[in-house]
Amino acid sequence: MTDFLLNRQPVTLAKTDPDLTVLDYLREQAHLTGTKEGCASGDCGACTVVVGELTDQGMRYRSLNSCITFVHSLHGKQLLTVEHLEQAGALHPVQQALVEHHGSQCGFCTPGFVMSLFALYHSDVAPSREAVLTALSGNLCRCTGYRPIIDAGMALLEQRHGDAFSAQIADIEAELRSLETPVLPEETKTDHVVGFWQPRTRQDLAKARAQAPGARYSAGSTDLALEKTQRLANLNALIDLSQVAELNHISVDDKGLHIGAAVSYTDLEPALLTDYPEAREWLERLGSRPIRNRGTLGGNLGNASPIGDTPPLLIALGATATLSNGQTERTLPVSELITGYRQTVLADDEWIDTIHLPRRQPGSQLRAYKISKRFEDDISTVCVVFYLETDSKDTVTCLRAGFGGLAATPLVLADWQDQLIGQHWPTVAVDTISRTLADALAPIDDVRASARYRVQVTANLFRRFHLETTQPDTRTRVHTHGGLDHA
Amino acid sequence: MRKLTESRLPEAVSQGHRGAAVAHESAARQVSGQARYVDDLPEPANLLHAAVALSDVAAGTLDSLDITQVATAPGVVATLTLADVPGHTDIGAVYPGDPVLADGQILFHGQPLFAVAADTVEQARQATLQAEWNITPGDAILTVDQARAAETYVGDTVQFRRGDALAGLASSTHTTSGEIHIGGQEHFYLEGQVSLVIPEEDGGMLVYTSSQHPSEVQKLVAEVLGIPFSRVTVDVRRMGGGFGGKETQAAQWACIAALLARKTGRAVKLRLPRSQDMTTTGKRHPFVNRWTLGYDDSGLIQAADIEVNGLCGFSPDLSNAIVDRAMFHADNGYFLNDAHITGYRCRTNTASNTAFRGFGGPQGMMTIEAAMDGIARNLGEDPLTIRKRNLYGDEGRNVTPYHMTVTDNILPELIDRLEHSADYWARREAIRDFNARSPIIKKGLALTPVKFGISFTAKHLNQAGALIHLYTDGSIYLNHGGTEMGQGLFTKVAQIVATEFSVPLATVQSSATRTDKVPNTSPTAASSGTDLNGAAAQNAARTIKQRLIEFATDHYKVRPDQIEFDNGQVQIGEHRLTFADLVQTAYMNRISLSATGYYRTPKLHWDAATGKGRPFLYFAYGASCSEVTIDTLTGEYAVDRVDILHDVGDSLNPAIDIGQIEGGFIQGMGWLTTEELKWNDEGRLLSNSPATYKIPSIGDTPPIFNVDLFDQPNREDTVFKSKAVGEPPLMLPISVWCALRDAIASTADYRINPALNTPATPEQVLFALEQLADQVREAS
Repeated sequence: MTDFLLNRQPVTLAKTDPDLTVLDYLREQAHLTGTKEGCASGDCGACTVVVGELTDQGMRYRSLNSCITFVHSLHGKQLLTVEHLEQAGALHPVQQALVEHHGSQCGFCTPGFVMSLFALYHSDVAPSREAVLTALSGNLCRCTGYRPIIDAGMALLEQRHGDAFSAQIADIEAELRSLETPVLPEETKTDHVVGFWQPRTRQDLAKARAQAPGARYSAGSTDLALEKTQRLANLNALIDLSQVAELNHISVDDKGLHIGAAVSYTDLEPALLTDYPEAREWLERLGSRPIRNRGTLGGNLGNASPIGDTPPLLIALGATATLSNGQTERTLPVSELITGYRQTVLADDEWIDTIHLPRRQPGSQLRAYKISKRFEDDISTVCVVFYLETDSKDTVTCLRAGFGGLAATPLVLADWQDQLIGQHWPTVAVDTISRTLADALAPIDDVRASARYRVQVTANLFRRFHLETTQPDTRTRVHTHGGLDHA
Repeated sequence: MRKLTESRLPEAVSQGHRGAAVAHESAARQVSGQARYVDDLPEPANLLHAAVALSDVAAGTLDSLDITQVATAPGVVATLTLADVPGHTDIGAVYPGDPVLADGQILFHGQPLFAVAADTVEQARQATLQAEWNITPGDAILTVDQARAAETYVGDTVQFRRGDALAGLASSTHTTSGEIHIGGQEHFYLEGQVSLVIPEEDGGMLVYTSSQHPSEVQKLVAEVLGIPFSRVTVDVRRMGGGFGGKETQAAQWACIAALLARKTGRAVKLRLPRSQDMTTTGKRHPFVNRWTLGYDDSGLIQAADIEVNGLCGFSPDLSNAIVDRAMFHADNGYFLNDAHITGYRCRTNTASNTAFRGFGGPQGMMTIEAAMDGIARNLGEDPLTIRKRNLYGDEGRNVTPYHMTVTDNILPELIDRLEHSADYWARREAIRDFNARSPIIKKGLALTPVKFGISFTAKHLNQAGALIHLYTDGSIYLNHGGTEMGQGLFTKVAQIVATEFSVPLATVQSSATRTDKVPNTSPTAASSGTDLNGAAAQNAARTIKQRLIEFATDHYKVRPDQIEFDNGQVQIGEHRLTFADLVQTAYMNRISLSATGYYRTPKLHWDAATGKGRPFLYFAYGASCSEVTIDTLTGEYAVDRVDILHDVGDSLNPAIDIGQIEGGFIQGMGWLTTEELKWNDEGRLLSNSPATYKIPSIGDTPPIFNVDLFDQPNREDTVFKSKAVGEPPLMLPISVWCALRDAIASTADYRINPALNTPATPEQVLFALEQLADQVREAS
């Protein structure tokens, strides 16, 4: 049973397919066709909706891709669609701004832009062009060239007043609280288990795992849902990790940062960037705003995709992951978690529970480089992360590198990185070392790039890392906004 | 940052008339989710959903196709193969060659083999997976070079000749030769291909489709069903983007849905999933072009021999006209003197490439712009200097390779203004300084022109019709043959009609394009939508207005010159009444309040046999200046600043025109930079989703993006002296590509012109840098 608010209407879904997406629910069952299907893969944003949820800080609105979100994951939340923003016959300020700035042409992407802008309007982000670009990073428009949409977003941020929604928040919160009935795993004894489990605790998660041994884990479903929408698979048994309290928690102690596996990238951002501000550009290029609102570290590791962006960073930082089955736990380096193309060491009854990042060592250097055809919202051609510690004489005491997009698994080149230990960093033989790096790589040609480019650019990224850590005055980036300013 | 040109018609602006920057007529409905696209229409009872299965081999013979398991799959009501088609099986738009479903020969990887209709979308798509087939693979031709070697073409090779180019080259002071591979482009309209077909009681079909060419959909649906055209009605309220991709290639899905509707007697909707849409529909043609230019010591072109090779795919579709248009634009804005331009139409086992904003023009233009940079580098001149020197000029320098005299050339003045407003020369110096100091990051700058011919090169398409009704409350119903795909056509035509009657814009109601309202329409294409349909609607309005004037003259006993239509009011001598009152009075006195309007473009003539004539009524011009930053370690780049000055004649709506310019620029920038089509060796499209095919995202918008309108009326007599705007801006971002080359060239002190095929992905840029470094090493 799934209870949520569709705009202001309470909805109860029973006996609905576990893999019904929010988009198909809206268009085919609720007959709300303002939300569009552009790609059904979370890449275009035409289907963007906003989900409101109660947090300790009150109502929070976030954009997400309805085409790759399962409707059952909405339990206890408010789903806002484009049809609902116009109230009392008046366009919402975000809608009005788009009209006034000529921000729609064919109009098919427009509802998605409206919803992303609505989430931005209700966020506390300071006005800036970058804030608008980030909020709309998951919305493609083929007509306008974006300039009028950016202008509309800027104008909105500069005159953010309350709207009809701000005035209704107390009522909506009360309505959401009235929905807050915990979902317990259904008792079942059949072999062919079908259903959607949404455990709230680690203990319930273990129960669900036992009841539905064949079920797939779903956290943000940003990758999993593609099996349904692109490969026409039936995902009829799902365990939703997104409500498990212990998996949604971030804690910091002197050992490090402990990140629940189901924490979204958006929620991870402040903690990660506090210790590792150099990861900002990498994080902002990881998917798009709506993808980061849903995607998780646990999901990215569990998928064990060779092009995941987080393993290279986690490997370079020396992160570890705790796996659990509810009774026993084991912790191992992230570099040992992924064993092959989309394969991990996870046992059938285990899940990825927590990822641990060490605290920042003073004087250490980190660079997380992502190379892709398009700067934003693209899958990495390569993702290369370097982490360096040197002593007071600039001698290398630790160099760890993680490489994505270069092999069937995220790559660690232990011999290559170890040769640098003990060397004087400013004077290392960059040519030789980048050549040995190139020699150690054997990537493939694919739709994103040739093997030759991957090798060349990876070797050059080592040059860039050396330059940036030894000649900080040399400009090495084409973009001077976001991340470190190398202007 | 954006500068709207001041309208010279301040009163008109307040009324939403021509010249006013009013919002798109659907804007409020679009932002509130109320604007309906085909898949949003209320569904008829008993609607079936269709799906197609695509071939997994590029060439061969379909030996067997077993769909028995498909027919019995859950929810399936009907299947469809070519054998089920009662009428024509070929839906080629101009020439035959496009079977509606595979006819035994497999022509490309992704060719539709059969279709199925089921109760739900999911059931239909799942059912397609149950088919089994055997294809004996044949030899697939996948590239221009393979097609040229095999001499397999979809149309005859054409040559334009002016003078003797080969003799001209032989006597030229210098020559430069080159070759460029220009990638294709996926349309990526946000709304994919979709049709909803409802069978009617007389055996006819009502077709809701997302098509730029309703009349062609009508014709083809009627032909596959074997029924008169009059029994098929096609309705297009709006498209979620078209860009040429729905000119011919929307018809197939309407035909398949109609065939299934006929077979089942039920309404059928067919909407392609994105990956199928990208795989099975044609794209912008990739081209491989070669040139040899002769020029003198000042860089002035003396002769040109240019060859363009379009990769057309498996069928002609519109490829002959597209390769023609590449040839028509191989001069861009430059006088080539003695010129031979040759166009090959290469047949390949790939999806049939089709119209895409620019229609071959961009690929033709790229050739001469590539060559311009070459001349400049060879002579050590700035590329802008060489470009300006070669522009069309006065008598003796004003005839194109296809023997059309250029009479409206405004490029010299337009470029002068942009050069100044963009501060080209000061920035050129600043960039040289920056590059001298920055070892890794380099900047590039370029200013390139656009001259684009306006008119369909198929003369008969240059006609349009419109239908206007006045109702007795004074409201105006407007219908015409053009389709709305976001470009603002409906808004502009409504503004024209409101201007004619001098009524507030809100008085005019735009309506869905329908083949039963205005028949035998041309596609909304070739940038001609407003020129043709706006003029037709203007004529319809003038017909009714003339009736009203004649009536009022008689009824109120005044002279015609005593009647003035004035913002919803009409002054008739001493009488002043509302527009509605006049319309009511006219009705009571039995005056017809409905009229059609018609327009055909004057002055056009074209002799394909000799390659001579005037295929265009006029040219639209523009220029852009782009500055880029590249990273020599990774090939990554950013477009930092763009300045555009573009000619739309007297703008009918500056906001919509600027929207077309900005949108066209970014779309063209995507074509030249990140949008990379990739096929594997078996001819399967690998870049078949937005995860692997990257159109510009919002972060790619240049942070400085100045767009201005060149404010001069069209010298030809178009509707209110406006100019077409749809396609020409797509070619403005050639300056981005030239700026990337400029930045690359800076690493060899601007002495060598780097090769840079398109799309110029970071990979291509890095390899161009490496190749240049090798050339420098070899030279030293």
